[in-house]
Amino acid sequence: MSLINTAPEMALTAKVDDLLNWTRKSSLWYMMFGLACCAIEMMQTGGPRADLERFGMAPRATPRVSDVIIVSGTLTLKMALRTKLLYDQMPEPKYAISMGSCANCGGLFQLAYSVCDGVDKVIPVDVYVPGCPPRPEALTEGLLKLQEKIQSERWLVRKTEPVGVRA
Amino acid sequence: MGCDAAQIHARLVERFGDAIGAPTGQGRDTALAVAPERIAEVARFLRDDSDLAFDCLSNLSGVDYPKLGCIQVVYHLFSYRYRHWIVLKANAQRDDPVVPTVSGIWSHADWQEREVFDLLGVRFPGHPDLRRLLMPEDWPGHPLRKDFVEPEEYHGISTSRESLLKA
Repeated sequence: MSLINTAPEMALTAKVDDLLNWTRKSSLWYMMFGLACCAIEMMQTGGPRADLERFGMAPRATPRVSDVIIVSGTLTLKMALRTKLLYDQMPEPKYAISMGSCANCGGLFQLAYSVCDGVDKVIPVDVYVPGCPPRPEALTEGLLKLQEKIQSERWLVRKTEPVGVRA
Repeated sequence: MGCDAAQIHARLVERFGDAIGAPTGQGRDTALAVAPERIAEVARFLRDDSDLAFDCLSNLSGVDYPKLGCIQVVYHLFSYRYRHWIVLKANAQRDDPVVPTVSGIWSHADWQEREVFDLLGVRFPGHPDLRRLLMPEDWPGHPLRKDFVEPEEYHGISTSRESLLKA
């Protein structure tokens, strides 16, 4: 029997949820999905100066063990189908970050015949990071926003109103 | 010692006669029109002749001229041995553009011909692997043709996005 979203709202369940969320947000493994120049900034963010590892984040090269996909760069229509496939291969709960103008809305290339104007046409996006490309500080901010979102989710407590939980 | 464009033109006319047109343009951009069905012979001669020795195909591209009813395939050649340049232009029929491949002469023509095939629909008989290079395999049409109309959607992904800049 699944316990998810069945318990009444109590101090204990709320605290257990907090603990679960704290552990989840403290080990976000991100799938590297570098498509263009934003990928360089993503690598910088994983590097020693911005240092994502201090938040427990580690780069992964496979969707099977990833918690969050960082779509960084121009998404072509050819790649859009593969993006959907890779996102579908990630285990729940999963999150997506759209990094940079191109992934947000097609950016500079949105009138081009080959470009998918925004990754949110293919997969649901949790955090949009603006910039062309965003600096490592901006991507870090986006990941911290995602951590906030994860911390606010409720897993045990019965749902009364949507608090960022996926159906 | 390298040849200038007039000498190269003279050599080609001597060998191929009517298949070679008059030079146009100046300096490094001097271009010779070549009958498309003979481009492979001309290319092989230019590479193998010991006074010409065009060992490098710098670029191979295509241009669509709907008013002239032709698609022009443009070859930029360079000789590392003699440091001279020439441009060849082959005008293919627009309704069924066919130009023999030069990928057996300069192997780096392989992908460049695939690109021209992909974007302009020129067929290159004799090419070992003439598939689309940039666009998806199931893409309709050839996007660099002037009369190309972008499809409304691709696999359910709409190809347009509402502008956020509306007043």
